[in-house]
Amino acid sequence: MKFKFHYIILMALIIMAASCKKDTFEPPQSTLKGRLVYNGQALNLEYAQVPIQLYQSGFGKKGAITGTAAQDGSYSFLLFNGDYKLIIPGAQGPFRWNQTTGDRDSLSVSVSGDQTLDLQVTPYYLIENAQYNASGRDITVNFNINKVIIDANAKDIESVALYINKTQFVSGAGDGNIANANMAGTDITSMNNVTLTATVPNLTPTQNYVFVRVGLKIAGVEDMIFSPLQKITL
Amino acid sequence: MKKIFIITISAALLITASCKDNDFLDIEPRDVVPTDKMFSDPALVLSVVADLYQRQLDFSGLDNGWASFVDFSEAYPSENGSAFFVQRSNWGFSEWNTWDYGYIRDINLFIERATASTALNEGDKRRFIAEGRFLRASYYFELVKRMGGVPLITNSLTYEGDVESLQTPRSKESEVYDFILNELTAIKNDLPASSDTKSRASKGAAFAMMSRAALYAGSIAKYGATTPSVTLPGNEVGIPAAMANGYYAKALAAADSIIEGKAGSYSLYTSLPNLSDNFAAVFLDKSSTNHESIYIEDFKVGTNKVHSFTVNNQPYSRSEEGADAGRLNPSLNIVEAFEKLDNTYAPIPTTDENGDPIYYANQQDIFAGRDARLAGTVMLPGSIFKGAAIDVRAGYQNAAGDFVSSGNLPGTSTSAVGLDGPSDGLEFRTQTGFYIRKYLDPVTGSGRRGRRSDVAFIRYRYAEVLLNAAEASFELGDEGTALNYINQVRARAGLTTPLTSLSFDRIVHERRVELVFEGHTLFDMKRWRLAHRVWDGQTMTVADLKSNIGSATKHNTQPFSLWPYLYVNPGSPNNGKWIFREVKLSRVTGANRFQLGNYYSQISDDILSRNPKIVKQPNQ
Repeated sequence: MKFKFHYIILMALIIMAASCKKDTFEPPQSTLKGRLVYNGQALNLEYAQVPIQLYQSGFGKKGAITGTAAQDGSYSFLLFNGDYKLIIPGAQGPFRWNQTTGDRDSLSVSVSGDQTLDLQVTPYYLIENAQYNASGRDITVNFNINKVIIDANAKDIESVALYINKTQFVSGAGDGNIANANMAGTDITSMNNVTLTATVPNLTPTQNYVFVRVGLKIAGVEDMIFSPLQKITL
Repeated sequence: MKKIFIITISAALLITASCKDNDFLDIEPRDVVPTDKMFSDPALVLSVVADLYQRQLDFSGLDNGWASFVDFSEAYPSENGSAFFVQRSNWGFSEWNTWDYGYIRDINLFIERATASTALNEGDKRRFIAEGRFLRASYYFELVKRMGGVPLITNSLTYEGDVESLQTPRSKESEVYDFILNELTAIKNDLPASSDTKSRASKGAAFAMMSRAALYAGSIAKYGATTPSVTLPGNEVGIPAAMANGYYAKALAAADSIIEGKAGSYSLYTSLPNLSDNFAAVFLDKSSTNHESIYIEDFKVGTNKVHSFTVNNQPYSRSEEGADAGRLNPSLNIVEAFEKLDNTYAPIPTTDENGDPIYYANQQDIFAGRDARLAGTVMLPGSIFKGAAIDVRAGYQNAAGDFVSSGNLPGTSTSAVGLDGPSDGLEFRTQTGFYIRKYLDPVTGSGRRGRRSDVAFIRYRYAEVLLNAAEASFELGDEGTALNYINQVRARAGLTTPLTSLSFDRIVHERRVELVFEGHTLFDMKRWRLAHRVWDGQTMTVADLKSNIGSATKHNTQPFSLWPYLYVNPGSPNNGKWIFREVKLSRVTGANRFQLGNYYSQISDDILSRNPKIVKQPNQ
């Protein structure tokens, strides 16, 4: 048998043309985004520590699409259109959410095209009026604590802390701060005037600014709630 | 044409002739042993049970690889490809999980078939069944430590068209512990009561597992109260606090059974006069003089059952396999935790009260007067291994006070940095200043890939049983008994001044230094609910490292190094002496952060969607 080269090319072209037609799915294109809010004000959280889960039933196996809230309380998903159930699982987040019984309830979300959905939550505490004062390399902060939940579900303050970092990711995690000042909840005498001071260490490479936030740890809750991020020039 | 006719006819004849007798083709397979044959001969049953033994799960194990020992800042991985251990800032929720119901099914089938067998004699049969149940209890213990309450499957399941009847919900965490304790109680008398039975289940092993399991359940009940969010409403995770004392009493009773000699003669190993060598030999001596090891995973040179622990972790300068060495480097964190002989805690003294360096004539002088287990667990700078001293030197300090790590020592042709390092980032040598000594095989050839090592991995040993008894009686309020037990362990380590009072912190400390690198760290920290406090994600400074030693809640998030430098300053009385510096290696960028969701490992979505009766873990 004799091979004819142009037949091979022809065959290859036919196969390629046939297979090119439709070999991938459309990517998801609908954006679902929003913030975790209380009284219209976004909550400040630790980066990537508060998960938000979406479930879509009807596709055989069950599993969550998990995203996390950003530092400023915002979140976003890129999804296919459809009906989803949204939940912030378990004891996550420094707040109570959609909770009539012992367990948290889910929220039905119907996605068709881009949409914004703010999730209403009730934080245990809020840090308000954080005023920063830099003198030399010492940073002093003055703030108020607002106890939002005062009924049977109220929780105590475990500690408050001032965190300072080189980047805008500021938290209690190892890479979230270069300096911090802690105060135990039991040492807080007045909720309306709490002061913390921390010293910025020498930075390499040098930079003349830092980012600061105040975090509050609630007893029995893993995630902290923070004050808004502030950039301070030394 | 004629030929074809003949061939056709003879073929037809052949076919018809051979079809006649069907039994002719019905031969027994030679590569599969049928069940009834298998369970007719004790030697064949032993090969089945050997497979079940081989499949046991350990957290750290000599055949799990060196990296199974390295986490939790007790050691530094001196292999650049494994630097993630010290670079990550958290553990995934699925870390440490296990869900091997295939193994449980195989054990259940084994128990059922052995029970049904009529050809075995009664004694063999009872022992085999007991071994099957021992291994099943052992794996359920492994499951409950990692996953909390799991579905209890105690017989082999058969699918008959109905999936739902096979879907079993999770049992309560306490029910799984109760199952383990009841199983072990039921079988203990069917197992040999001899301290010479080490690699197969024995009565002593059953008691040892009972004491550990009951102790875990008791402490989860007691200390679980401090983390109320690590529970599930159905108690699949979490044990009610009221059950704590019942479990502690069982732990004490089981430990006492071993101590009183009801399971054979077990005792602490005290064969060698040098206490550090003696402690190292606990793990090396497999002869009948070792009455300390209760249940081991055994290895044998010349078979496939050997391990590479010595190959991977031998000192670089004494290596028998070139650069295949030096990976597991114990950290300064664990080294300084070994207390002084007067029962006090102190950091390794590198500087005096004015902050000036202390000069030592010999490298090992800085570690003088400490718990003998330190040199038995960790290979200190200047230790002898396989006939010569290891060469650990980070460089030298000159008269001007500069630390120099390049070139040669002044006036010599010896490199400034020792053959064993330490140098930041130089892998396969120590980077912390220490090598591991526990399990490291001193036999010539053990460091070669072609031979490897047959040092056994001890799963249960007598010293742990004593510590279990001490902890259980302390929690039950009997401090006198607890002191008696814990002081026995300490006296063997050279801490001959007995403790006169006991605290929770003391017990945590004693287990840490006695049992480090034996796979206890994670589970101990979990059951005491200390893990999220000790591994809190905060970075550490040298000042942090040196303070609060001996406190149960001292955070331990980053491994530190202790680097020896030679002081070279002719004309100074300190010339030729050693000074030491604490160093945080450049790769140590993460800090261990144990979240509440890490207390019980994630059950994968795949398992959850196959069995909707299984509830998710808390805080994930």
